[in-house]
Amino acid sequence: MSDAVAEAPVADAAAAEIDASLPYNNAVPGAVLGRWAEESDGGLIVAADKLIPLMTHLRDKEEYDFLSSVTCVDYSKYGGKLRAGVSERFDTVYHLYSTSKGGGHVKLHVRVPENDTVPSATAVYPGANLQECEVYDLFGINFEGHPNLRRVLLWDGFNGHPMRKDWHEAYYDEDAKPFKSRHPAKGYEFHEDKLPWGKNTTYPEGWDPEDWREPITYVPVSQAPGHDELGELDTESIVVNLGPHHPSTHGVFRMIARIEGETILALEPEMGYLHRNHEKIGERNTWLMNMPYTDRLDYINSMSNNLGLALAVEKLMDIEVPERASYIRIIMAEFTRVINHLWSIGFILNDLGALQTPALYAIEEREMILDLFEEVSGARLMCNYMRFGGVVRDLTPNWIKRALYLVHERLPHTLDELDRLLSGNEIVKARGKGVGYLSPQDLIALSISGPMIRAAGIPYDIRKVDPYCIYDRFEFDVPTLPDGDIYARYYIRLLEARESLKILRQALRDIPGGEVQGLPAFASATIEAGFGTIMGGRGGYSFRPPEGEVYQRIEAPKGELGYFLVSDNKANPYRYHVRAPSYINLNGLGPMSVGYKIADAIVILGAIDIVLGEVDR
Amino acid sequence: MYGTGLLKGLGITLKHALDTFRDDSKDVPSRYADSIQLDNRRRIIEQPIDQEGLLTIQYPEEKRLLPERFRYIPMLIWDTQKNEDLCTACGICAKVCPPQCIWIVRDADENGRPVARPAEFYIDAAVCMSCSFCTEFCPFDAIKMNHDYELAVYDRYPQLVYDKEELTVPVEYYAALWPSQYAAEEEVRQRKEAEARAKEEAKAKAAAEKAKAADAPAQKRSPEELQALKEQAAAKAKAARSGGAAGGEDAEAKKARLEELKRKAQERAKQRKEQGE
Repeated sequence: MSDAVAEAPVADAAAAEIDASLPYNNAVPGAVLGRWAEESDGGLIVAADKLIPLMTHLRDKEEYDFLSSVTCVDYSKYGGKLRAGVSERFDTVYHLYSTSKGGGHVKLHVRVPENDTVPSATAVYPGANLQECEVYDLFGINFEGHPNLRRVLLWDGFNGHPMRKDWHEAYYDEDAKPFKSRHPAKGYEFHEDKLPWGKNTTYPEGWDPEDWREPITYVPVSQAPGHDELGELDTESIVVNLGPHHPSTHGVFRMIARIEGETILALEPEMGYLHRNHEKIGERNTWLMNMPYTDRLDYINSMSNNLGLALAVEKLMDIEVPERASYIRIIMAEFTRVINHLWSIGFILNDLGALQTPALYAIEEREMILDLFEEVSGARLMCNYMRFGGVVRDLTPNWIKRALYLVHERLPHTLDELDRLLSGNEIVKARGKGVGYLSPQDLIALSISGPMIRAAGIPYDIRKVDPYCIYDRFEFDVPTLPDGDIYARYYIRLLEARESLKILRQALRDIPGGEVQGLPAFASATIEAGFGTIMGGRGGYSFRPPEGEVYQRIEAPKGELGYFLVSDNKANPYRYHVRAPSYINLNGLGPMSVGYKIADAIVILGAIDIVLGEVDR
Repeated sequence: MYGTGLLKGLGITLKHALDTFRDDSKDVPSRYADSIQLDNRRRIIEQPIDQEGLLTIQYPEEKRLLPERFRYIPMLIWDTQKNEDLCTACGICAKVCPPQCIWIVRDADENGRPVARPAEFYIDAAVCMSCSFCTEFCPFDAIKMNHDYELAVYDRYPQLVYDKEELTVPVEYYAALWPSQYAAEEEVRQRKEAEARAKEEAKAKAAAEKAKAADAPAQKRSPEELQALKEQAAAKAKAARSGGAAGGEDAEAKKARLEELKRKAQERAKQRKEQGE
């Protein structure tokens, strides 16, 4: 069916007969052209000109109010059979979820020929803002009607769009690892010989770096500067550049603010200083090689990043995970959440001016958890512990005893102490209550997820509404607070950390014994005869998942972390996309800051809880 | 009352400060309880999980005790008994390496034929991401993770590009760093060796018996027996020719089996090629 549809160009869709058996075609006639190849996944091919009416219908009538992911696939070098007939080069993919109904997604595909445009989804979902900028930046697809379409990760002088399959980096080696130059041929080159000090920089045609002046992009999507509302004192507004590299910005990050007096009229985030095109690297890598790279996304939470990728590939390949490995994964993911929330509480306070004291108290406990991570995985931050089909090796003998001590004695005590230290503090209340408010509807519309929306009273937690792994076996609550301000965002993290401890206690109590499951005690191909097969057979390190595409999201500590993978039955992913929660949560930074003081903007950013490794990717 | 929250908070910070002093005024502060004293100033500290008070360590005089699984930069293992590299230059580590920082050149003998041993082995430590995939997939236990994390140098090149000499460590060093894994590997090696030895012995024994059996009855065989044996052999060959290799493997059955294998391999290669295209 999809092949037949693929033959028909999108432009002729109106002329083609409308298939009423396809969903939503009765409500929005002619919107859905067909189904994407994997029918089970619910992918629908949508006519570009009907995208906005269909999205409006889905949002208003079908309660799909949350645009999770916008991304794009370049099908010009697709090697699989399923989509051989696709004539359009690009395919933009939208994943919609419902925060009220929960459950699975509606996936919309819009096929785009080269040099064509797609209507911008920002008209319906303002949260498409940054994601569409990213697609424009990396794929060169124009979104018609986007209020501020700009190169968000790369600079204006960057030649080409790197995620296109025909774009090659400087000193391009090969399309896919392993590179043949490494073994056994002679004539190896060192990376050091390839240092890009040479003449490897090209600019777009007719573009001169000398003439370039950075455009001041300070008008965010949903806010225009309201000049008249400020009362009698008529002062002139000025543009202030915060960053890059303000100590409180958690990395190299920049905010461009238009202020009047000290009040922010408009604010625009500017990122990309740490951009390394994680996704292009991911497409060069084999599937397994991506695992350590995910550690480097949100480097505070490497275990949950690992978990997301492992679950996505397992979904793609249909692999069973041993019971004990599932429990270990949950334990690691929840410990990670505790770490992240401790860290985040500490740094919200840091940004408020409580320099270091609360942060250091929080980090002390983090070190104790990192000791446990180091003992099982060999590294404190870049754990690289999970694999497709399980975890790389079993826990060490004394591990559970130590973990039990932490979750029963030490961590509850610490959380209570932080609660006593901070929650009643008058300065925290004065700076936090009522600051950075955004209504729940706005938060959802801006695609913001995680503790941010739970602090505004929306009980949306993927562990509950769309359970993955074995989260449905544990009893825990999804705490919510009604206020939606900085103080609530601080306090919700404390509450969530307590819920995580609840899950940890159950998981550590219920975890099945080591002998039953036979997880390898050592990660070594020589000791464990079957080592590697757990990760997908043949060699373990280079396997070919069946053709298909998959979107797996997890409730990472910072929000909804999603992996969108397309396989064309090769040893390397055809498309590897990360829906990074801290990047997309930045949609809300501008709208949240407007009307507050410039000192509040720092805390508002801190309360979003970003990690630049994940924002810039 | 306004200000109670502040006072409460100050009380907690005061308690933390006092805890530190209280712990430090003990004869042996709790962070030194399980430590290994190297000399006057230098110690290796294992922090207890219930540590209170001061948690910081006076690096570089004091260092943490690293867990066995700690991974930093790979090292190559030198078999001190056989006096040779364990590495066979098979290249699996270079293939699984995510940042592709391993370069191997296979050695060759005087005739230019490749030998299972590396002529050159480089790891660019500036690129290595310490994932330890190379050690996990090495089928010869030849590459393992070193615990030495003090690698600071003034220039990235050439100091951080480690060659074979810099990477190689004796097997005893590895056994000391990774005791339990080394023990497990040793056990597997010995088991395999024992199996191989037993197999060889069995083979030798079987060969000896066969020779004996072939020798001894040959002299005693009567013409009738010879005739019977001939008939048996002829029947067996006939059975093999007619397709049933039931009576063990003779030359033609083997040939057929090899043909079959070859055909299957060709098919697989063809399939792979199709998939690749």
